Amino acid sequence: MYLTLLVVVILTAIALVAVALGIANAISPRSFNPQKGEAYECGIPTRGKSWMQFKVGYYLFAILFLMFDVETVFLFPWAAVVQDLGVYGLASIFFFLVILILGLAYAWRKGALEWK
Amino acid sequence: MFDFSIVTQWIHNLLTSFLPEDVAVFIECLAIGVCILLGYAIIAIIMIFMERKVCAAFQCRLGPMRVGPWGTIQVFADVFKMLIKEIIAIRHSDKFLYNLAPYIVILASIMAFSCLPFSKGMEVLDFNVGIFFLMAASSIGVVGILLAGWSSNNKYSLIGAMRSGAQMISYELSTSLSLLTIIVLTDTMQFSEIVERQADGWFIFKGHIPAFIAFVIYLIAGNAEVNRGPFDLPEAESELTAGYHTEYSGMHFGLFYVAEFVNLFIIAGVAATIFLGGWMPLHIPGLDGFNTVMDYIPGFVWFFGKAFFVVWILMWFKWTFPRLRIDQILTLEWKYLVPIGLVNLLLMVIIVVFDLHF
Repeated sequence: MYLTLLVVVILTAIALVAVALGIANAISPRSFNPQKGEAYECGIPTRGKSWMQFKVGYYLFAILFLMFDVETVFLFPWAAVVQDLGVYGLASIFFFLVILILGLAYAWRKGALEWK
Repeated sequence: MFDFSIVTQWIHNLLTSFLPEDVAVFIECLAIGVCILLGYAIIAIIMIFMERKVCAAFQCRLGPMRVGPWGTIQVFADVFKMLIKEIIAIRHSDKFLYNLAPYIVILASIMAFSCLPFSKGMEVLDFNVGIFFLMAASSIGVVGILLAGWSSNNKYSLIGAMRSGAQMISYELSTSLSLLTIIVLTDTMQFSEIVERQADGWFIFKGHIPAFIAFVIYLIAGNAEVNRGPFDLPEAESELTAGYHTEYSGMHFGLFYVAEFVNLFIIAGVAATIFLGGWMPLHIPGLDGFNTVMDYIPGFVWFFGKAFFVVWILMWFKWTFPRLRIDQILTLEWKYLVPIGLVNLLLMVIIVVFDLHF
């Protein structure tokens, strides 16, 4: 039942984009001009490639995100049962969170959170 | 409280009375798809109109007034204009990824949209891992934005997409941490169940101080998730033309635009469901007469009232605060919101485990 509904939702999303673009393609006018195919960088001709080496700062944040996102994935099932686990659940997750906060503190101290 | 599942059950019985089971289910699936599309389009149109009017009010203007009474037809006119604009395919782009990107953005948006409980029994995807699914589905959107920026082969698009990626993945942590505090309080992730638990008081009142802190963090992080307000760096018009969708034209661009507005509504709708009770009326324990009167107001009125109230708060944010730089955005998230969120989560666990809540 759930799977059917999920498939229906996904197909709906694909249909929305396909229909909207299909209608637009069918009724929109067309004109041909070699200038139109160029990248729009405020009227100045593009210099060099855009698929190039990029600032590594974004990548560092992506790595940090990976660490903390995996942590939240582990926290979700724990959060759903913490009321049954009681103090035991609190104690076990306390160590988990302390280690993670230490990780964040280490990254902070090492300057990984600074934007250079 | 009126239960909408009576209507769906009636339709199911009506269809199965003269059709075989499989055909009936197929027709129901079609009907669900059409309902999602209509709801999505209507919400998008209302949001765009509201954005313009609220923005105008904050700047002492009237906003659109010429097309239709109070400018109500303006948005329809804009949608039609977008439909008759040529879709330009640029020459040096990565064609496959360039065309794939709007599909992914819309897919993430619609999957998250169909999780929202609009009224009692009126929700499409009511998984028992609802909140988890919502977080997973809405984080697919960042892939679409990165693809759009990368495949356009345009430097502005690339910078916009990279900024957007860094910002969206960072703020996703804060949204999930603030939602986790409420899951700890309810011990369920199913949206309908969460709303049912708020019958004797919304979580923002029941959850002590941690719930309120989580609500504030959720609003800030949610605003950053949808690239709006003071956090609209990916589309900084003055420096990046239009950010990641610079190279998209006509309806191609329109899909990104619609997804952005509906994502804002989804953030507001989740905030309304999790913290403000969803379709649950305002109940004050002890005042039975008051509670009965409140029950006469239908559930979807409560839901949309709360959701649009939160939308209005987020628009107020947008037109009040000056824009941040990228380093300020990341500092705000990693040095303030994440540590506060973690400590707030621990505080909530202590309250729940030692039974200090109402």
